[in-house]
Amino acid sequence: MMRGKYVIAGIGNTAFGKLGLDTVTLNVMACKAALEDAGVDKADVDALLLKTPTSAKEILYGQKVAQAMGMQPRWGGAWDQGGAANLTLINIAMMAIETGQCEIALVSYADNPRSGNRQVYGRPRGNDAAYGWFSTAAGYGMIHRAHVAQYQTDPRAFGEFAIAVRKHGAQNPNAQLQKAISMDDYLASAWVVDPLRRDDCCLVSDGAAAVVVMSAEKARQLQVREPVPILGIGGAQESYDVHLRPCLTTTQAARSAKLAFEMAGVKPADISVAQIYDCFTITGLMTLEDYGFCDKGGVYEFVRDGQIQHGGRLPVNTSGGLLSETGTPGLPLVLEAVRQVRGSANLQVPDVRYSLVSNQGGTMHTHATMILGA
Amino acid sequence: MTTEIAVDVDSINKPYWDGLKQGQLFYQACQCGHHWLPPSRHCPACLNEDVTWQQASGEATVVSWVVYHVAYNPEVKDRLPYNVAIVRLREGPQLITNIEGDTQRLAVGETVRLKVDLGLEQPLARFSI
Repeated sequence: MMRGKYVIAGIGNTAFGKLGLDTVTLNVMACKAALEDAGVDKADVDALLLKTPTSAKEILYGQKVAQAMGMQPRWGGAWDQGGAANLTLINIAMMAIETGQCEIALVSYADNPRSGNRQVYGRPRGNDAAYGWFSTAAGYGMIHRAHVAQYQTDPRAFGEFAIAVRKHGAQNPNAQLQKAISMDDYLASAWVVDPLRRDDCCLVSDGAAAVVVMSAEKARQLQVREPVPILGIGGAQESYDVHLRPCLTTTQAARSAKLAFEMAGVKPADISVAQIYDCFTITGLMTLEDYGFCDKGGVYEFVRDGQIQHGGRLPVNTSGGLLSETGTPGLPLVLEAVRQVRGSANLQVPDVRYSLVSNQGGTMHTHATMILGA
Repeated sequence: MTTEIAVDVDSINKPYWDGLKQGQLFYQACQCGHHWLPPSRHCPACLNEDVTWQQASGEATVVSWVVYHVAYNPEVKDRLPYNVAIVRLREGPQLITNIEGDTQRLAVGETVRLKVDLGLEQPLARFSI
């Protein structure tokens, strides 16, 4: 029985925005904070698992961070799977502990595209660049358009998602963008790559976040103050590039979520609060559909009238998500999911039993899902 | 006229790019029945290396499209706003392209016809609506 056998024992993060620091330093800052939160000495950490910095990949990156941490963990390295890597690494940490490879794992991610180089997000896509096929945004635009065409999706569905997340971020003092928007603002927002408006797109950020993973038993032995049990976790991948997919409007997020829900023994309707990866509004909306919170094509009815805002049916991205808190992908969502279970969130949802977090990467190539609980 | 963005021609994809120079669009086919692009050494369905080239009819449908309002590369700045589309050939393979003609009619599922842009040093497989 894996349900509840492992915990998030500690969380840590840097500020978010334009920080002017290298990614190794940012990882050290987040790891140090996570270890302090868990009350764990770095000498007891025997796995250090990193997601590769998106904007500046390096060889043997996991070992560089270990050196900067003054650690010689038995296990470690850097995983390249886009944004889903964050939850995947938590999953890998659980597997490594389960098979006796390690006992305490640090999972961390840092990147600095805002003060460094953001070219990666606008990069040419192979020989198709000859047609003008550049950027991360355009691939999501293709999916956005296909969803609207197939389901006649109301433009206000995208607006509702952005409005909710920006409203939450506006109340988060650590958020990079603290500016709420109205539906009129959203609908008047300039095109970036039509059908994507500026307000459909996430931030570009410097920042880092880290978590400590161990068994619930180990957390009891170490008298960790606030361990949060992992009730379910899952992953799945599409792998094909957007233009080669037979269908643009369904994703492997459905399979990823199914694994996590089955392990946790819960249904979408049981979830109290959700941190949904929102690199673009279409990502958030399709994840809600594919996770089973609503029917395919029914997402506008689910999100309209503030139902995903704090106080609504399913509060989403209560710290501001990628659209408002930080474009640093994935782990900041995990941190907020942990805070919601601990009862220490800035916009706390009352009586949280099940706190869900989704990660995805590439252009919905990779997916991962985790359910935390009390 | 916008500067052309060069393509990387190698031993595997050379027939594809050479075909376009003759105004013809080729895709790859395998005995297993799979048809695909972009070109590869192995059939992605069964990993057979006995790959053949077949000429596309030129008929395709629009899967999706976007219109760029920002230039991610200086080479495309003069083209703004410009569209990029995904089309599915009648024979199955899908590819990235640009749609020319009455683009006000652009819609998912719309039929488009191959119109190889022979005016370029390396002709491209553009489509016309």
